[in-house]
Amino acid sequence: MSDSIKPSVAVYKFSSCDGCQLSLLNLEDDLLDLAGAVDIAYFLEATRAVKPGPYEVAMVEGSVTTPHEAERIRQIRSEARFLIALGTCATAGGIQALRNFGNADELARMVYPHPEYLEYLDKSTAIAEHVKVDLEIWGCPVNKHLVLECTAALLQKRKPNLPQYTLCMECKLRGTTCVTVAQGMPCLGPAVQAGCGAICPANGRGCYGCFGPVAYANTESLTTTLRALDRYAGETALLLRNISGYAPAFRKAAETLFSAEVTSHKDPQ
Amino acid sequence: MTTTAIHSAAHRAAHPERLLEPDWAEITAITPETEDISTFWLRFDGAAVQERYRYQPGQFNMLYLPGYGEAAISISSDPHNPQRLVGHTIRFVGNVTRAISRLKAGDRLGMRGPFGVPWPMHAIEGKDVVIASGGIGLAPLRPAIYHILHNRERYSKVILVYGARTPRDLLYSNEYDSWRKADIDVQITVDRADETWSGRVGVVPMWFYHFRVDPRKTALLTCGPEIMIRFVVFEALARRIPTDQIYVSLERNMKCGQGACGHCQLGPYFICKDGPVFPFSALERYFNVEEF
Amino acid sequence: MIERHLAIDSAVSLPKNELDAVLSDLRQHGYQTVGPRLKDEGLVYAGIETLDDLPRGVISEQAAGTFRLVQAGQERYFDIIPGGQSWKQFLFPPRVTLFTARKNGHWRIESDGEPAPRYALIGVRACELAAIEIQDRAFMRADYCDPIYSARHRNLFIVAVNCLQPAGTCFCVSMGTGPRAERGYDLCLTELDDVFLVEIGSELGRSLLAKRSFEPASAFLQNAANQGLEQAAQQMGRRLDTSDLPDLLTKNLEAERWEQVGKRCLSCANCTLVCPTCFCWDTTDHTDLLGKITRRERVWDSCFNPSYSYVAGGNTRQAIRSRYRQWLTHKLGTWKEQYGTPGCVGCGRCITWCPAGIDLTEEIAALREEVKA
Ligand SMILES: Cc1cc2nc3c(=O)[nH]c(=O)nc-3n(C[C@H](O)[C@H](O)[C@H](O)COP(=O)(O)OP(=O)(O)OC[C@H]3O[C@@H](n4cnc5c(N)ncnc54)[C@H](O)[C@@H]3O)c2cc1C
Ligand code: SF4
Ligand code: SF4
Ligand code: SF4
Ligand code: SF4
Repeated sequence: MSDSIKPSVAVYKFSSCDGCQLSLLNLEDDLLDLAGAVDIAYFLEATRAVKPGPYEVAMVEGSVTTPHEAERIRQIRSEARFLIALGTCATAGGIQALRNFGNADELARMVYPHPEYLEYLDKSTAIAEHVKVDLEIWGCPVNKHLVLECTAALLQKRKPNLPQYTLCMECKLRGTTCVTVAQGMPCLGPAVQAGCGAICPANGRGCYGCFGPVAYANTESLTTTLRALDRYAGETALLLRNISGYAPAFRKAAETLFSAEVTSHKDPQ
Repeated sequence: MTTTAIHSAAHRAAHPERLLEPDWAEITAITPETEDISTFWLRFDGAAVQERYRYQPGQFNMLYLPGYGEAAISISSDPHNPQRLVGHTIRFVGNVTRAISRLKAGDRLGMRGPFGVPWPMHAIEGKDVVIASGGIGLAPLRPAIYHILHNRERYSKVILVYGARTPRDLLYSNEYDSWRKADIDVQITVDRADETWSGRVGVVPMWFYHFRVDPRKTALLTCGPEIMIRFVVFEALARRIPTDQIYVSLERNMKCGQGACGHCQLGPYFICKDGPVFPFSALERYFNVEEF
Repeated sequence: MIERHLAIDSAVSLPKNELDAVLSDLRQHGYQTVGPRLKDEGLVYAGIETLDDLPRGVISEQAAGTFRLVQAGQERYFDIIPGGQSWKQFLFPPRVTLFTARKNGHWRIESDGEPAPRYALIGVRACELAAIEIQDRAFMRADYCDPIYSARHRNLFIVAVNCLQPAGTCFCVSMGTGPRAERGYDLCLTELDDVFLVEIGSELGRSLLAKRSFEPASAFLQNAANQGLEQAAQQMGRRLDTSDLPDLLTKNLEAERWEQVGKRCLSCANCTLVCPTCFCWDTTDHTDLLGKITRRERVWDSCFNPSYSYVAGGNTRQAIRSRYRQWLTHKLGTWKEQYGTPGCVGCGRCITWCPAGIDLTEEIAALREEVKA
């Protein structure tokens, strides 16, 4: 296959920890296949060589947190035919979106000696809040097999196999005993999109939702169940306000819980 | 691993372990029908399979494109067509069907079938036959029309009411004249006319307001968007056509075609094996229950 | 040895440690011996070698949405009522390859020539035997005989166990499936304090037992087993009135109760996957990067999943309420019309393993109340 007909792929980093790009590099053997099938035109983490756009595919890791990034993502979008938001920073604002729940200026003053030198936006936001996104791959980090699957799907012009069901499905498919039922641990699984392979429950922990909510998440019923299991006050609320905390379904559910906690503190019964 | 060449139906019968594997068929020709619908003519690779393959009006196949998956597609051809090609009129809506749209003559598809309960062509002999269909819903009814053409004397009045969104979305429009010649009353209607259109504008169920049916001797065959089916059945019932003389063909998500995967259930029925054609009398209990 | 007592349907008394030899004989015959094992605070079905692998002296306390392992204060091997796994995983695997197709010019299908595994299931409860029988009707019909299921089924050896300690979510008595295993086994154990009372259900079972040192089952032992089973039947944690099923369901599809349970249900699919009778599946193609090789896989599916009822341009069951209604009307309603029995054996798994603690016996009772009112 000649280079000219291989689709060009550019990989960009926004505000993030690099973990998702590392998942790409961790593809190892598959990375060689991938390099054979696509033309990696821009991927600073992997190579200095840069080919000019436009590109077939842009993969964007990270969230938008500065005015400069907000500008840059528009530029990238204008140069890419197909844009993939890679990882939960890019799909929901990521862990740094926790600051969205406070006041960014106050936080900056607490953390930095000279906050006046910082340029930042009020909120850390998902790529889709700025430009049109063609495909979201959730996860913190993303599951490298899903990235490979999505690339294969793009190359073959088909729908990628991204599960649309809950994490509980994955627990049951691999035969993991439910940590909520058998150990009374709060787990977001019933409201969370599968795809990670149910790693946390398999390791005896509840899911904290890094793959984001399923489209039909019944957070109201789930929080009722989980709050009864809280091992400390607000455990469920904190579980919701985690890596995908700024995803609308979780944001709303946590807000409801926090306001309930505040009211119950003010007005002890 | 053992590499096995093309499996025949006979081979499968002898090897039940192959029950979920397709036979391969070659696309011999593609007839474009509308902007997003084409008819694919298929012939099995194995002469013996091709020879043995028989189907009836209203049945369907599972067409398979490796990597993309399977789609349930009705057979739209004449069961008696001399070359015995199996026609599938396919609307390109999603993953599998769009991938099929990119195929060319000479390419191959996997095919399992035929599946399902056919139109009751014998039971309705001697009756006035009203065929009401919309959009792609004419595809599974075309073999029924062909059957009537071959056996015109067995049926009394035959009326086809067919509707599409616009004149450009009408299927098989070059055949209407030959159907009319065989004494089928072909009534075409569109939702939205354009400058080329001088025919009727309106939805299929409206037809009942323009014509009179004799309920005792009328059989209704209907297929199309579910909303259209609902209104057609509603109008037919209002005109006292008995529920066991109203036949509808339904669609649900389908994976196996053999009543095994569970997906197509509607109450006690597996639409793939107990249908897709049902007398309305069997559905009455469930049909109007929302989201059942 | 007293060969003459060893007729099919006869019962003997077997010292407990003799079962180890039966297990090892089974492996000699090419079986993988699988049975209940403790894992991660739960009970799973996995490979076992000897009695030592069994959860001796442990029972499970079960209620809606909770399962706890508890030391029982006795030393029996089989008192524990099972967990979220069921035997269906051995006949109808959660994921299984249907075939692999390779494109080299044209597509060619490669079936994997692997013979079906041979499982000896150790410790199958009466309700679980009934569940296998129910799945048989779905997978091994005159008009459709599932190749994977039937090949594995042909290779089964089943050691059943009669239940003496039902859990809080059990209601097999209501469904007429337990607690005594009536048929469908090769051997059936009733675990008494010192011995197993073993009933023989097949020729292979008989020949395996013939090699062991057993004694005829005394009337005393038989009596003890019968009494234990009678007691167990009295101790069911739940009951379900089936007298007005399936009509109660199929004639009340628009009841208010569906709305209420729809608000609680998470559509997480746990109930359907733990249920030993649910048979629904999906297919997925897995390809290499360039689409030259495809592995077609069959995976468990559930009517609670959105893709289950998806059709291009919509979903025939969008609301969670509609999905719950599908599950319950199928289990206890329309299943009967399809296969001649209810789709529920009263094992209680769906109650225990529902994170929201939804209890189908309660739902049926509430629906009945609503209809009466
Ligand atoms: C009995 C029967 C006969 C049919 N006959 C025809 C026909 O003659 N011509 C035609 O164009 N279409 C027909 N359909 C509809 C056709 O099956 C779907 O349009 C097709 O499955 C869509 O697949 P997709 O992968 O392109 O779409 P996607 O939207 O990507 O769907 C993904 C999967 O969902 C399932 N699915 C989606 N929509 C449907 C649907 N409407 N019915 C069943 N499964 C669905 C399929 O398993 C499909 O693979 C028929 C459906 C049934 C049940
Ligand atoms: S551990 Fe969590 S994800 Fe797994 S089944 Fe239980 S609730 Fe669902
Ligand atoms: S419906 Fe529930 S109780 Fe009945 S068999 Fe299934 S899991 Fe067991
Ligand atoms: S209850 Fe749902 S998952 Fe279970 S067999 Fe019925 S339709 Fe399938
Ligand atoms: S009934 Fe319970 S287990 Fe079943 S889908 Fe609803 S919440 Fe999940």
